[in-house]
Order: sequence, then structure tokens, then C-alpha cells
Amino acid sequence: MISVRNLVRRFGDFTAVKEISFDVAQGEIFAFLGPNGAGKSTTIKMLTTLLRPTSGSIQLDGMDPNVHQKEARQRFGIVFKDPSLDQEQTAWENMELHGILYHVPRKVRATRIEFLLKTFELWDRKDSLVKTFSGGMKRRLEIARGLLHTPKILFLDEPTLGLDPQSRNQLWTHVKALNETEKTTVFLTTHYMDEAEKIAHRIAIMDHGAIIAQGTSAELKQQTSTDSLEAAFLALTGSSLRDESADAKAGLRQMAQMWRR
Amino acid sequence: MGAIYILWLRELKRYVRSRVQIAASLAQPCLYLFAFGFGFGAVFRQSGRGSYLQFMAPGVIAMTVLFSAVFSGIAMLWDRQFGFLKETLVAPVSRLQIMIGRTLGGATVAIIQGTIVLGVCLLAGFRPQSWVALPGAFLFLFLIALVFAALGTALGSAIKDMQGFQIVMNFLVMPIYFLSGALFPLDNQKMGMRIANQIDPLSYGVDGLRGMLTNVWHFTPSTNLTVLTVVAGAFLLLGAYLFSKIEV
Repeated sequence: MISVRNLVRRFGDFTAVKEISFDVAQGEIFAFLGPNGAGKSTTIKMLTTLLRPTSGSIQLDGMDPNVHQKEARQRFGIVFKDPSLDQEQTAWENMELHGILYHVPRKVRATRIEFLLKTFELWDRKDSLVKTFSGGMKRRLEIARGLLHTPKILFLDEPTLGLDPQSRNQLWTHVKALNETEKTTVFLTTHYMDEAEKIAHRIAIMDHGAIIAQGTSAELKQQTSTDSLEAAFLALTGSSLRDESADAKAGLRQMAQMWRR
Repeated sequence: MGAIYILWLRELKRYVRSRVQIAASLAQPCLYLFAFGFGFGAVFRQSGRGSYLQFMAPGVIAMTVLFSAVFSGIAMLWDRQFGFLKETLVAPVSRLQIMIGRTLGGATVAIIQGTIVLGVCLLAGFRPQSWVALPGAFLFLFLIALVFAALGTALGSAIKDMQGFQIVMNFLVMPIYFLSGALFPLDNQKMGMRIANQIDPLSYGVDGLRGMLTNVWHFTPSTNLTVLTVVAGAFLLLGAYLFSKIEV
């Protein structure tokens, strides 16, 4: 379903992604792990047409997302690391807007929205403005929205960031259920090792722009002779801290928090 | 088409739902109207030009449309910050459609605001030359809204933080307003002022609006229409180009 060969992305002199290659099969749940700044988000951006690769090839469902951009976009759903809902509209309106942008026919749209909002336990709040939702509800709505146009691949970039254990647990239960019933391929990144271990069929570990190990959780543990995925992860990536530099957007976010908007 | 419609509708919904914003954005034109209108009224009459309220009301309406239209474009900063912009940019629709939907939405909101302020002016005692001229006035209202909503989109695509927003407001939008002849007559001005007037696209909007409403023209109606249409086209192209360059 996803096939990546020798993918490279440079920003000036800095190489964020170095010659990575991997495959994800149809219906598989694939986790991408790595410390901050490892290149996970850059990779997701390239897979989802938001960033052009410097070199290398990507195939999503047999097509190059940079050549057939619209067709590729129609085939995947994405939940970004940062929230991307319209806070001033209701849950229903957010879904409806997404459905129109993704050309979901009117009749299918209504039934599918109802089905997904019920699945993600948001149906009784469908007419509330999103700004009144809790973090977990917003996340669930984003995932429901990402699935609205029945994508073949669902990208989840740190979807459980900042959620309590109950919400995280519930969210993965839903994702797993949909992966089984609709055979959606799931590509996710997370910092929580227990989540990756529990839900992912296969795992790739990325550090300094390169994939340093891939396989099932058991294989990774065996390879590093450790007894938990977390220990395997630390054995592979070392225990030094990575600092991400703040960008203009982070500054803006801070500003908005001050303005309470 | 669906994408343009739903994004246009979104701008409208946001406007109708934020009552505080509606009230706040109407307070400023009212302040200009009453403080300046009554403050300068006596001087204006003494210089033999008649009622200042009659003169400045079209200017204040144009100001409302200008501020509202530019602001709606720059409100893209919030969408960028809250991530909603990303949701539209990864959708399988062209960026041009997204840009057109947003810009038309902003222009529509600006026209509504302008209409409300026209109502306030009527309440304050402003009288148009004839009610038949109103459709012509709305044509100019629409053109002003389109020109500046497109400029707003262009600016919103280029600016990345709130400091940039302040700079634009102080060094672009305020001069556009002050140099447009919204508050004072354009005739008998010194050379420098005349040139500034003629560069400022809002001058032609204010003049068209004032001409239609009070039958006092500085430029000719056809000059106003031509300049506004050309500038609207240019700003739409610029907006479309800068919007297509946004990186998520």
C-alpha cells in the first residue's frame, strides 16, 4: 500500500531524511518511532504531498503522490500532530465541510457522518461547537473526519499527544476496530512505546533522519536482547536528549494563548 | 464549486456567530462618524462646502469595508495557527478554489458590514441624492470589498506572525484609508498629496461611492470603475500566487 525507496529530504545543508526505504502492506498498522527531530514528521509530510522529496520515490496505492496529487489525497486521511479543526463550527459542520472538500456524494455523506460520529461516541454532541470539546473529543473527531471519505490509508501523527490514558485507550480501540472492519492501512507515529507495542503490526525506528531498525515488536526486542520495546528503543537511539528549535509558528501559538483566542 | 461554496459559507457563519466582533468592528466607524462628523462639521460649513456628514459618510462606509475585508484575509493567521488551514490545503481540491472561496467570503462579510454602517449613517442624518442611486453605490461597495479582500488574502498568505499584522495595519491599511480622500476633499491639494491619492486604490472606491450617493465626483465614474476592476484583478492574481506558495 505504501512503498518508499531511498527517500531523501534536505533543507539547505541539513539532511532531515536520509535514504530511507520501507513498505507497508494493505491493512497493516505500521508505527514510526523516534526521538524528537528524527525526521518522522518530515517523512509524513512527504508521504502526504505537503513537502516535495529532494530525491527518492514514494508509491501510495501504486501512485506517486507528487505526480497525481489530487488522486493521492483522495486516497488517504490524515490527523496532524497539531489540531486542525475549525473551532467555531460544530462537529457536524466540520464533518460536512470535509465531506464536500473530499467530494463525498451528499447521500453517502449524511449516513457516513452519522456512522462515524456514533462510532467515535460524538453523536450526541454533533451540534456543539468544537471549541467546547475536551482534548480527547477533538482528537476523536479529527480521526472520524479523516475516515469520512473512506481512505485506503490513515496517517496519524502523534494522535495521542496530551491525552489522558482513558482517552488514549479508547482512541486506539476505535482505530483498531476500523482497521479490522474497513481494512484501512494505518501509518502512525507516537512517543508512547506501550501503544506502539500493543497496536502496531510492525515498527520502524528512526533516528537522525535514518531508519535504524524495523520489524515486529518481538523482533526488535530480540535484536537488542532487551525485554521491553522501550528498552529496545533506548538501546537503539541512545539516551541523549534532542532539542527541537522553536519556529515562528511556536511563537504564534504562544501569542494566541496569551490572547486566549 | 462545492469547495468554493462551503468555504464562503464558513466565513459567513463565523461572522454571524461572533457577535462581539460585529459590535467591536462597528464601534470604530461610528466613532469616526460622530467624533469627526460633528467635530469638523462647523469648520467644513464655514468654508462653504455644506454638510460634513454628507461628505464623510461615504468615506466611513468605505473605511468599514476596507478594514473588514483586509482583516478577514489576515484572519488566515488564526487558521494557520489553529491548523484549520492545513485541513483545507491537503484536501483534493485546487488551492485556487480554496483561495476564491475564502476571498469571496471575506468580501461578502465586508459588504454586510458596509451596509450596516450605511444604515447607521442614515440614522445619523445622512441622505443620499436619490434612492435610485443605491444599486450603483453597491456596485462600488462590492468592488472595494473585492479589491481589499484579495489584498487581505495576499497579505495573510505572506505574513507569518502577529508583529507582521501590526506592521500591515499601521503602515499599509491606515495610510490607504487616510490618503483616500475619505475624510477630506481631494481637489486643491498639493502635488505630493495628489500623487498619493492617485496611487491609493481606495481613492477610486471612495470617489465612486460618494459620487453615487451624493453626486460629487472627483474622478469620472468610468475611471473609478476601470481602476478598481484592474486592481481587483491584479490583487486576485497576487493573492492566488502567494496562497499557492504557502507551506504547511
